[in-house]
Amino acid sequence: MTKLVTAVIQPHRLDDVKSALEAAGVRGLTVSEASGYGRQRGHTEVYRGAEYTVDLVPKVRIDVLVGDEDVASVTDVLVKAAQTGKIGDGKVWVVPVDDVVRVRTGEHGDDAL
Amino acid sequence: MEFALDTGNTAWMLTSAALVLLMTPALAFFYGGMVRGKSVLNMMMMSFGALGLVGIIYVLWGYSMSFGSDVGGFFGNPFDVFGLQDLSDTDPSNLLSGSGVPSLVWVGFQLTFAVITVALISGAIADRTKFATWLVFAGIWVTLSYFPLAHMVWGGGFLSGSEDGLAAKIFGTTDGAATVAPIDFAGGTVVHINAGIAALVLVTIIGKRKGFGKEPMRPHNLPFVMLGAALLWFGWFGFNAGSAGAANETAGLAWMNTTVATCAAMLGWLLTEKIRDKHATSLGAASGVVAGLVAITPAAGALSPVGSIFLGAIAGVLCALAVGLKYKFGYDDSLDVVGVHLVGGVVGTVLIGFFSTGTGVFYGGGWDQLVIQIVIALSAIIFSGVITLVVGLALKATMGWRISEEVEVGGIDLAVHGETAYETLGVGARVVTEVK
Repeated sequence: MTKLVTAVIQPHRLDDVKSALEAAGVRGLTVSEASGYGRQRGHTEVYRGAEYTVDLVPKVRIDVLVGDEDVASVTDVLVKAAQTGKIGDGKVWVVPVDDVVRVRTGEHGDDAL
Repeated sequence: MEFALDTGNTAWMLTSAALVLLMTPALAFFYGGMVRGKSVLNMMMMSFGALGLVGIIYVLWGYSMSFGSDVGGFFGNPFDVFGLQDLSDTDPSNLLSGSGVPSLVWVGFQLTFAVITVALISGAIADRTKFATWLVFAGIWVTLSYFPLAHMVWGGGFLSGSEDGLAAKIFGTTDGAATVAPIDFAGGTVVHINAGIAALVLVTIIGKRKGFGKEPMRPHNLPFVMLGAALLWFGWFGFNAGSAGAANETAGLAWMNTTVATCAAMLGWLLTEKIRDKHATSLGAASGVVAGLVAITPAAGALSPVGSIFLGAIAGVLCALAVGLKYKFGYDDSLDVVGVHLVGGVVGTVLIGFFSTGTGVFYGGGWDQLVIQIVIALSAIIFSGVITLVVGLALKATMGWRISEEVEVGGIDLAVHGETAYETLGVGARVVTEVK
């Protein structure tokens, strides 16, 4: 079986997370720009005296497909690499995946990883 | 009278004219960066459109109405040198004839002032105005407000130092000219008060942008704003030092005053922000630069460099405070044409009464100059305000000013010009949900 590990992290941690995952044997991942908020909430900006509250802050979202046996270690590596200890570090969650297909070959399941 | 060409003066005036022309595209960047990404092209096109239209009108009847033979003290005869056809270098309308500058060079220099004045207004009515109505307004307004005011102030009309002018009626005449002549070196009344009051009147006619004061309307590209401010500063040397009309000491004084007043205004604006908002911003620096340039415009030839530093600092602080007024009074002067150009223009024009080295209060000149400066500032406000009100209301009743709400929300660039500035508009943009 396969799991999808999704992480929403601080954008400036992306490089470290990428190399840590690579070192842990992850062979591919998807990165996208995201915006949102958790406990960090937003911040304010002032333009010519007019104050704007920016609720959603920029984040990076990483999606990785991993086999069942690697989920714990990959999640662990990811969290360690992304952690700064400050509010706004983000979240990681794991969901089961019914099937994965490699588009080039048509392989299914773990073979497609 | 015979015309003797002075190549030095002519070279400087040709250069100045090119510098001032650059100010309109510079303004397009200054304004363009300040609007939202969905309407930057329309904002820049309002400046470019004004450039195209006013440039032609100036040659046809604009120059004649500004400097042609006087009609009642209010404007020049538009058919005097219509299309510049019978313009000789010794034509009485060429005020630089005695400096050895050919008429066409003088006309070209003045043309660029008319263009930028019209373009200045566009910042107040960003994001929501029909492009066609803007162009029609530009043509009518420059004809009914700019050319007459230029004539009144510079062309020997009602607000000049001529013996039939307002100043002569107040303090009398000496040797066939007003004893206390109004001072507007490069266009505090003609350019900045004129455009600033027109902006204020237009926004009351056209109304607020949808979501003004509720939705975020942040500048989408502050580097554009700073680029525009830098180019405006550069072009302004033509505007002010060129207004000396020759490559001489007055030009040098105007150059110096233009620089130090602008430096001081930028610092004044930033200091105001630092105290009030806790941050010295790039938008504040760019805005302070323009506020200083506006304020020194009428005064550049009449002040000492140290006086200019004071004038600039005062203008920077006052304009930084003035831009907040629109939220208090609820008018949507989108890019603060009123707060910067009307306020800066009035500050510069009036403070000449204090700081003028020849006639100012601080230099033992008494109060007469101050009175005259206030009178010409008020006259310009009333004249331009009334003209703009009439033209603005007439266009509202006929062509209409506003684009549809749907187009305004979706972005005027795509709907009106059929293009968008950025391929990735909206994607990855931070979402703002609240405005205070």
